[in-house]
Amino acid sequence: MTKPAYTRLTRDQMAWRAAQDLPDGCFVNLGIGIPTLAASYVPGDREVIFHSENGVIGLGPKPKPGEEDPNITDAGKNLSTLVTGGCYVHHADAFLMIRGGHLDVSLLGAFEVSETGDLANWTTEDPAFPPGVGGAMDLAVGAREIRVLMAHTHKSGSPRILKRCSLPLTAPGVVKRIYTDLAVIDVTPKGLVVVEMIPGMTLELLQTMTEPKLHLADRWQALAPPQAMAA
Amino acid sequence: MAGSRLEFEVIDKRVKTVEDAVAGVRDGATVLVAGFGIVGVADHLLEALHDQGAKELTIVANNSGNGDYGLARLINSGRVRKVICSYPRSGDYSAFLNAYKAKSLELELVPQGTISERMRAAAAGLGGFFSPVSAHTRLADGKETREIDGRLHVFEKPLRGDVALLKANKADRWGNLTYLKSARNFNPVMAMAADLSIVEVDEIVDLGSLDPEAVATPGVFVDRVVAVGANA
Repeated sequence: MTKPAYTRLTRDQMAWRAAQDLPDGCFVNLGIGIPTLAASYVPGDREVIFHSENGVIGLGPKPKPGEEDPNITDAGKNLSTLVTGGCYVHHADAFLMIRGGHLDVSLLGAFEVSETGDLANWTTEDPAFPPGVGGAMDLAVGAREIRVLMAHTHKSGSPRILKRCSLPLTAPGVVKRIYTDLAVIDVTPKGLVVVEMIPGMTLELLQTMTEPKLHLADRWQALAPPQAMAA
Repeated sequence: MAGSRLEFEVIDKRVKTVEDAVAGVRDGATVLVAGFGIVGVADHLLEALHDQGAKELTIVANNSGNGDYGLARLINSGRVRKVICSYPRSGDYSAFLNAYKAKSLELELVPQGTISERMRAAAAGLGGFFSPVSAHTRLADGKETREIDGRLHVFEKPLRGDVALLKANKADRWGNLTYLKSARNFNPVMAMAADLSIVEVDEIVDLGSLDPEAVATPGVFVDRVVAVGANA
């Protein structure tokens, strides 16, 4: 086999790319997994408030060694911090914020996304792996915009962007943008539109790894995160 | 006279031991277990409930316990008939996983915000609510639905506990509670939604010494408090 003429993005590079799209002043929830990493890559001149479903409004970065507080965690139960200006709410209010449309954006992980923006991220249907919905369904219907971060294909190479999801849905028709390790793809009424691709990627090659038809945006760009993050 | 009246009608939620705190929890009870991951969990009360012996319990919690203590220990000892939670896969959830694979307990998976809102509805005296969460998904199977303003909603019933096991930072004898940071999580809503709300706290302080602006759960929702911290 010939070596591919491209290098897939790392998890941190994907998170960096998603972070560049968070507008100044927005109120954002980061799902567990790759989305959580995005908090570290918001451009320094932007003020963004991170919401954590356990009731932290203004979630900060990881604590410095020696400054850990066992009573502050993020949604993934990792130790975290509160930013200056942050506060705590109880659980029902944290989800009122989610369900009631108070979040501008939620970045979520996914198992599969369909060409119409259906999201599947709560069960693999493996009897040995119990399902876990957490706040995914609340976020999927409640946040004003849902963007997904996920590897473009399964490890086997089979596509995760499908005409119809094979796994049970979290919510239908909610995903607006997909950040993968190969491309940035918008879900539009006309179908999937590739707005960015990594260096060395072509639409033809990307299409072989994607089930539904892809359209290339007229003004598509190279997806090029800082190389220093590749390690 | 005020003096003699106080002597007989004084409001005092304090109990001396965790055994006293969990006394009377019955077999088959629905127990609301506060906490998110390992934060804000009443592990001392869960251990005391284990020793107390109640069985056939229905547990309402966000997660499913860790290791072999607290909620996980109750599961390992076969005391739990059913878990109502949003995300059982958290930390070392081997106790839950073993019981789940052995089909010795039932899992009712509920979206996380729906769990707390169902409890809030019970606390607020409501007969339930319509939510867009889980519409068009398998978790809405068998539930009543209604289109409201063009959007499909799912009817969710109130969820009440016979007992709530709660963790707070400070309490006074009236049962007023303060919390530490994100350890607040499910505690306030569960305190409101149970017939018997039992709280373990780091410290019990004199009535009047909690800042009224900082009390997050008024004592009217609390039945028993027990101090378990170093200041107990």
